Amino acid sequence: MSGVGYVAVAGQVAVVAAGGPLLAGWMRQVRARMEGRVGAGVLQPWRDMRKLLRKEPITPVGTGPALRIAPALVVATVAVAAALVPLLSTDTPISDRADLILVVALIALGTLALALAGLDSGTAFGGMGASREMTVAALVEPTILLSVFALSIPAGSTNLPAIVSGTVHDPARLASPAGLLATAALAVAVLAETGRIPVDNPSTHLELTMIHEAMVLEYAGPDLALVELGAQMRLTLLLGLLASLFAPWGIATSASWAALAVALALFTLKVAVLGAVLAAAEVFWAKLRLFRVPELLAGSFLLALLAVIVSYFLSSES
Amino acid sequence: MSEGLFTQLLDLACGAFLLAAVIVLWRRELTAIVRVFALQGVALAAIPVLLGVHERRWDLVVVGVGIGVLRAGLLPYLVRRALTALTAGQQRYGTDTGESRETQPLVNVAASLLTAAALTLLAYAVARPLVELDPTPETQALPVGLAVVLIGFFTLVTRRRALSQVVGFLLLDNGITATAFLAAAGVPLIVELGVSFDVLLAVLVLQILTTRMREAFGTTDIDDLRELHD
Repeated sequence: MSGVGYVAVAGQVAVVAAGGPLLAGWMRQVRARMEGRVGAGVLQPWRDMRKLLRKEPITPVGTGPALRIAPALVVATVAVAAALVPLLSTDTPISDRADLILVVALIALGTLALALAGLDSGTAFGGMGASREMTVAALVEPTILLSVFALSIPAGSTNLPAIVSGTVHDPARLASPAGLLATAALAVAVLAETGRIPVDNPSTHLELTMIHEAMVLEYAGPDLALVELGAQMRLTLLLGLLASLFAPWGIATSASWAALAVALALFTLKVAVLGAVLAAAEVFWAKLRLFRVPELLAGSFLLALLAVIVSYFLSSES
Repeated sequence: MSEGLFTQLLDLACGAFLLAAVIVLWRRELTAIVRVFALQGVALAAIPVLLGVHERRWDLVVVGVGIGVLRAGLLPYLVRRALTALTAGQQRYGTDTGESRETQPLVNVAASLLTAAALTLLAYAVARPLVELDPTPETQALPVGLAVVLIGFFTLVTRRRALSQVVGFLLLDNGITATAFLAAAGVPLIVELGVSFDVLLAVLVLQILTTRMREAFGTTDIDDLRELHD
């Protein structure tokens, strides 16, 4: 048990860390092809990162420790969350501690660190971006919590591996109204949390409406590489979480090498498909006006709340 | 049909029914609202059809099909026709008077969505004693009907455009019908027919009224109706 379990945990972290930039490159490539461009290739984010890592680290004058530790903290929180979330296997040595609330708190800690860094930089853009990020986060975190709660009610536990393995054994849970509502709510929350269209545009640097880019304007060199890596890993992790919760087929529930290999292949496939769908959708969507964003997020919060209510009251078996 | 499958399909229909009501509150475009309302009609029609197939009462299936034709076909068609009549003029003059959109509801959209959440909770709280009397799958879905009644009423009082108020009224009526089916497996056929024709007539009258309003005031904003004329 233990050998396979430890490999599974290490594999999850490695897949998210190595696959994050690849996923970003893949999504940009899909988008470029759909817009009639050739695109830079799937490996471009890795090349960017190599270039950034070779540069000299620079910190702006008058900034404090918040700016310096934020990039490392973002990457570290996502890495720990990636070890906890059952992306490849539900049977790992740390699966007892993979609590939903802990995972959401880790993700929120990364968000908070970046917002503090944005405030610390002391520029107008940094403060603006931080305040917007907190506005979005205040609505997104409860939505993620509630939508996974809706799934945890039939499983009877907030332990993520327990929820996932319960769904693998009883797929009918997903076709219930609670499952569908929770899927929709979590999908919107993931879009907002990772700063994609329609909440934020990941490919702009010079707009007054930007959120994530506004906070990280002051970073350069290796720090910027870490911030970018953190954002890409977070996207991979959240898409993986979405895939594990709502399409859990193929995730290893026992400790065997074959199951782990199958899980790895299926995880890559699921995340790649989700990424392609998201990139294709971004071609057709426009970014929402900033003042409309709370409306969208309130809507997804309502969907998540309805999912909880419905799964609590409507399930007649329990 | 097996018990488990029946419960699941009924839950699915009720979930879609509630979701449609929420989306009506969410969207601003009247065309989108009417489309969602038609989908809600389909979900509503599915409830009596499922009940009828489950209990082998074929009259319920017939009632369900009739409700489907009326609420997913005829009523949306009438509302859409009123909408095209309203927007035709503004397209001719190339001005956007905001007839096709609910631009300024009395309560903003984010707040009304949160209110909808509170109303749903209220419906569940109120229906608890009823559900405990006889906990079958139908009665357990009863709060959904009540929640749609409340959300429909909320839409009715917070919207300014005459047509979105009509949709609010129809939501309210959909909720009442769903509650009747879930609580008592439907009212007698003759009552159901009477109610359906009543709703149809009300929509027809409101459609004419809306067109007249537009001719008289140039807008269908209800807030402009402040003075009485003879």
